[in-house]
Amino acid sequence: MAKPKVAFYWCASCGGCEEAVVDLAENILKVVEAVEFVLWPVAMDFKIKDVEALQDGEIAVSFINGSIRTGEQEHIAKLLRKKSGLVVAFGACAHIGGTPGLANFSNREIIFDYVYQKSPSLDNPNKIFPQEKTTVKEGELTLPKFYNTVFTLDQVIDVDYYLPGCAPPPDLIMNAVEAILTGNLPSKGTVLAPDKSLCDTCKRKITKPEKAVIKQFRRVHEVLLDPEKCFLDQGIICLGPATRDGCGERCINANMPCRGCFGSTSRVEDQGAKFLSALASIIDADSEEEIKKITDSIADPAGIFYYYSLPASMLGRKFRAEL
Amino acid sequence: MNKRITIDPITRLEGHGKIDIFLDERGDVEKAYFQVPELRGFEVFSVGRPAEEMPRITPKICGVCPTTHHMCSTKALDDLFKVEPPPAAKKLRELIYSAFMLEDHNLHFFFLGGPDFVVGPSAPPAERNILGVIARVGLEIAGKVIKLRKECRDIITLLGGRVIHPVCGLPGGISKPLAEDDRLKIVDVAKNGVEFAQFALKIFDDIVLKNKEYVDLVLGDTYKHTTYYMGMVDKNNKVNFYDGDVRVVTPEGKEFARFRPGEYLKHIAERVEPWSYVKFPYLKNVGWKGFVDGKDSGVYRVAPLARLNVADGMATPLAQAEYERMFTTLGGKPAHNTLAFHWARLIEALYAAERMLELAQDREITDPHIRNIPTAIPDEGIGIVEAPRGTLIHHYKTDKNGIITEANLIVATVNNAAAICMSIEKAARGLIKGGKVSDGLLNMVEMAFRAYDPCFACATHTLPGKMALSVQIRNPNGDIMQTISRE
Repeated sequence: MAKPKVAFYWCASCGGCEEAVVDLAENILKVVEAVEFVLWPVAMDFKIKDVEALQDGEIAVSFINGSIRTGEQEHIAKLLRKKSGLVVAFGACAHIGGTPGLANFSNREIIFDYVYQKSPSLDNPNKIFPQEKTTVKEGELTLPKFYNTVFTLDQVIDVDYYLPGCAPPPDLIMNAVEAILTGNLPSKGTVLAPDKSLCDTCKRKITKPEKAVIKQFRRVHEVLLDPEKCFLDQGIICLGPATRDGCGERCINANMPCRGCFGSTSRVEDQGAKFLSALASIIDADSEEEIKKITDSIADPAGIFYYYSLPASMLGRKFRAEL
Repeated sequence: MNKRITIDPITRLEGHGKIDIFLDERGDVEKAYFQVPELRGFEVFSVGRPAEEMPRITPKICGVCPTTHHMCSTKALDDLFKVEPPPAAKKLRELIYSAFMLEDHNLHFFFLGGPDFVVGPSAPPAERNILGVIARVGLEIAGKVIKLRKECRDIITLLGGRVIHPVCGLPGGISKPLAEDDRLKIVDVAKNGVEFAQFALKIFDDIVLKNKEYVDLVLGDTYKHTTYYMGMVDKNNKVNFYDGDVRVVTPEGKEFARFRPGEYLKHIAERVEPWSYVKFPYLKNVGWKGFVDGKDSGVYRVAPLARLNVADGMATPLAQAEYERMFTTLGGKPAHNTLAFHWARLIEALYAAERMLELAQDREITDPHIRNIPTAIPDEGIGIVEAPRGTLIHHYKTDKNGIITEANLIVATVNNAAAICMSIEKAARGLIKGGKVSDGLLNMVEMAFRAYDPCFACATHTLPGKMALSVQIRNPNGDIMQTISRE
């Protein structure tokens, strides 16, 4: 029997998801044995035209990481969708937008203005901006369109499954690969990770505040961090209550709070809003002024609550009209 | 009749990287452009974020070298909050960093750049990848490569929480101390690391230095540029990745500048070109003369060979011996041979392993005092580290509450952006004559930029990898006259 064809592709990503695959270590050789790669730019020599030459649906599964920020990324995502039986959104950026999705608080014009006009190391007296088309003496050069907005993969193409995390941990990657190879798959749209909250399995769970106890929030650099106690109980913002489990509590193990890279569970529509409601239940205030005083002690709530999920949120971006 | 060759790495089709070569009437190279077609705007969306989150936000620039951004950002926070980390915290940061440099340099040699030599520059492209390397060196050695990588990355996970995007850095220290039994494990890994790094240098000796064809390639003019060099040195002018002054030497190897991180704006400025999203840094005090080398051009180079060129030597004995041997072979210092970046990279990996061992054997490293809580009002902070791919600068300004008001990042590969363009053009000039291009050309042009281990995940989100190429030669009407592809 022919081996199933697999594509692994990056859009607006950092390369961490490729490293996560290499981090399968010995298991990567097993994967290479079991499948036929038809596209994996980081490691192999296949080209887009090879993909274009395939029949529609001929690729068993395409793993696509990164968000969508340029015209070309959207184009390739659509091509892979057409050629693939299954598409898996791989990693936080494809799944929920990722940290670079915080760029949805600004727009293309603001980014261009700072990067090419205002940054302190700049020497740009003629106020040059990169152009989609440039005529040089020898001919014309082109650059892809830079979108105003960061999109999740499923805002651009139909997605079958999601592998969460920044980056997805090796055990979840292997589970997903095995599930696909054996055809043992859950219903379409499933996030291939446990469907409970991080707090449910956190070692610090027993000290998690059950009632309103917080009088003031602290920032991580301001206090010594207790390595045993729930971060929220220490007044440190930790996105555990609004975040899906399955990461192995990697950040907590380093004595740092969760920032939500796995997104929320299936029962939650909006990760930031969910965290806000969790937070409301532990603030200990008697008056509106006191509530305001306590919430004012949270630095950058929008940025922290939507650290990874702004593009996927109900909010989406700062100015909806700019979508 | 002018012709145009568009070299499309597969990544260009993905929106990541692109080379355009224009030929003159004789079919020789008139001009080459290397374009960076992506941008994410980290500097802009960092504004409004709490400064202490920057070591967690900026690693997302690059999942290949997240440890670099994490450490650079953490050092910028030390400066911003005017707080000095306790000795154990500094040592732990450098230990994490050394483990990272060791595994990352090896990743490049065995997975990315090395296949050109180990498998061969003109070997069938389908074999010119890690699987081809495994076929040549054997599964046992491949197992060693995988094992060392995993052990180094496990150390980063242990201390940093995650290896892809560590989280442990805080202004004035780190979040977690090192336990004694873990220290002992790290000593063992570091010892293996030293052995492995020596072994990798031996592979380089056997495969590259004992092959006249390769030596000619390394020493030849096609891959040579006479430029300034930049890198970090310690107080004895030895290579340092984590801390020190930035030193710049002239194309003749004389010290041109030496500066603290806080002074970088006096020395570096960046040009904008309409045809690329990446900016082109140059030495302000020399001036921008375009994409040319020589003493009058402000173009400089960074990364392994540049660091060895700017330093007076290596701070550890085994690496120092290899450093001396390399410059003797290359005919003195500074060496301008672009392909010698590969050699310098392996010498740096040996230094990283030796340094890792020194730090792990230092008993002070398990001291539980790993944090000093900042008390000063923040305003501005600058951090510099040496990334595997060169000098990395993070510069933040904040309000009095430590909320970012401005961020400027000069990312390692970007320092080499102008030199990479020049190297591609020069290789193309040396290889394309009379309009004739061959399949072998494609990989030779790739080798011109692969030597830099360019991290386009940082600069353009493309990785230095086995990028497939297709070359199309068009006439002025745009009709394709010849297509050459690597299959």
